[in-house]
Amino acid sequence: MQIMIFGQIDLILLLASLMVASTPILLAALGELVVEKAGVLNLGVEGMMITGAVVGFAVGVNTQSPAVGFLAAALAGALLSLLFGLITQYLKSNQVATGLALTLFGLGLSSLLGKPYEGVKAATLGKMHLPFLSDIPVLGPILFRHDPMVYLSILAVVAVWAFLTYTRPGLILRAVGENHEAAHALGYKVVRVRLLAILFGGAMAGLGGAYVSLVRVPQWTEGMTAGAGWIALAIVVFASWRPLRVLIGAYLFGGVSVLQLNLQAAGVAIPVEYLSSSPYLVTILVLVIISLRGQHGAPGSLGRIFHASS
Amino acid sequence: MKLKLERRAAPSALVSGATPVLAVIATMIAGGVMFWALGANPAEAIRIIFWDPLFGDFASYTRGQLLIKAGPLILIAIGLSLGFKAGIWNIGAEGQYIIGAVVGAGVGLAFYPTESRLIFPLMVLAGAFGGWAWAMIPALLKTRLGTNEILVSLMLVYVAQNILASMSTGLLRNPDGMGFPGSRNIARDFPAAANPELIAGTGIHWGVVAALIAVIFAYVLMTRHRMGFQIRLAGEAPKAARFGGVRPRRLILFTLGMGGALAGLAGLFEVAGPAGQISIDFNSGYGFTAIIVAFLGRLHPLGILLAGLLMALTYIGGELAQTMIGMPAAAIQLFQGMLLFFLLAMDVFANYRIRLGRTEVKA
Repeated sequence: MQIMIFGQIDLILLLASLMVASTPILLAALGELVVEKAGVLNLGVEGMMITGAVVGFAVGVNTQSPAVGFLAAALAGALLSLLFGLITQYLKSNQVATGLALTLFGLGLSSLLGKPYEGVKAATLGKMHLPFLSDIPVLGPILFRHDPMVYLSILAVVAVWAFLTYTRPGLILRAVGENHEAAHALGYKVVRVRLLAILFGGAMAGLGGAYVSLVRVPQWTEGMTAGAGWIALAIVVFASWRPLRVLIGAYLFGGVSVLQLNLQAAGVAIPVEYLSSSPYLVTILVLVIISLRGQHGAPGSLGRIFHASS
Repeated sequence: MKLKLERRAAPSALVSGATPVLAVIATMIAGGVMFWALGANPAEAIRIIFWDPLFGDFASYTRGQLLIKAGPLILIAIGLSLGFKAGIWNIGAEGQYIIGAVVGAGVGLAFYPTESRLIFPLMVLAGAFGGWAWAMIPALLKTRLGTNEILVSLMLVYVAQNILASMSTGLLRNPDGMGFPGSRNIARDFPAAANPELIAGTGIHWGVVAALIAVIFAYVLMTRHRMGFQIRLAGEAPKAARFGGVRPRRLILFTLGMGGALAGLAGLFEVAGPAGQISIDFNSGYGFTAIIVAFLGRLHPLGILLAGLLMALTYIGGELAQTMIGMPAAAIQLFQGMLLFFLLAMDVFANYRIRLGRTEVKA
């Protein structure tokens, strides 16, 4: 039965589009991982992603340059996260509530900004053709014929991993996230470190959003991130706050969403609505499995408000 | 000289009550700037949103709309506030609202075209049950396995939307609808199941009545009942709560369950009344706006009542502004998001004292 289903789907194409489908979630989740490693829970990922998507698309259309679009999206995401950062870090607001506010705000902002761009086409990123590598049969089309952002996102995983594991600033960031009182006593600027982490998270979410609107779809429709930001949050939990596992998580979810889209296209006898629900159901399932195993690796100060009393 | 924050021993009740008002004023100013940037006259836009629905040219119509919109917002926000107060984050009310509507309407339509007084009460029960059951998924996962309720409840919103789409094109589709998606119109074609306007012109339907009952119920629960005390204790001092004999599992099941049941009720009253039928775009974001209502009302039942009315006003004012000065619909959504931001930012004044102080050098 399964072979029959797969018989109608081009496996090479499926695996190739898996990488494209995973990239937005990967970018956003990686950003959120750094934020949470610094001890901050930002539930505004969805809002920053959708804003990144609309800003990236609008700038991409107006400049005819997707690269400039991506830059603008990162900037927009970072600006929005700055709002979150200022309110949570300086005004000591509740992080869960502020993150929700950021998402609601971002959804409104994006649909307002995006109105003139509905149905417009933008220049998309070109596929790279790597000499030799792209020509390998089977593996070439799956792995080596993508746009630069796919490879940049994988590089970013390695970079974040190396930063957190081997560098001094990475160590400080983790210290701030594990125990902010101790980090403060050692003389580290807790609020400043967290603000920088939040900005990074915002920029990455913006990039992820722009990837949806500029490459994956590529056009602007209202609410087009459709919960990708929330899935990114779930992936950070799934990954037990480890960068390399974020990669696995993102690709797993990318795989599920690509597979269900292909099954829809192939006209399998499962109603479309149930297939469309599958990425969300799989997210829940994965969260359940993770909690069965016991949640390991959550930073000690995650979500707690830091107030230097001295 | 440096600004310093000094934590108050207990949040100031006075400031805590004043911040929503300040936040609304700040939002009006920031919103005015936004409307100006959109090319509208800011003063006119603010007047259309906050004044005209009550006293403008179309007030006889828009005043009735106020309670229609405020009813579900208050009903859902009351349920959410119980959990938020205890630090339990149900952000999937939108999904519970949808499932309540689907289950409630489904039960009602199963009896079509029977005329019996029992049908509507049965639908109300079914709607509450649907929302409750949908909320029990994150609740049970949380109590049994410790799964994060924020993400699970939110993911279930997307699943609920797919179920809604499936129902309106499949199981609940109007058999006499010539293949168009959407169920039979309960409000128009099925009197025994309809949720009509009770007093003509006021917009009061059973959902509004239920919202008022919920406000009173929540007020009594929070101030007079042991469960309310436990909810407050768990939110304010989790450790003390554990020593004080609060059972967190019961609390989670109760608050999530209540939140789900009330959201489900809101959905049922909406589908049998103002919306009239199950359709693909039946839900309109009440479940998310109710989060803002809950916070704007300071998680207090009476506050939520006022906040729900105010938020309903911005909805209606937003629609007016859309038709009168062509303001985009999204602007009002942004406006509501802004309000929550200002409110959370101003909480600092309730929890901390701001001191202007020199950085002292100790010998």
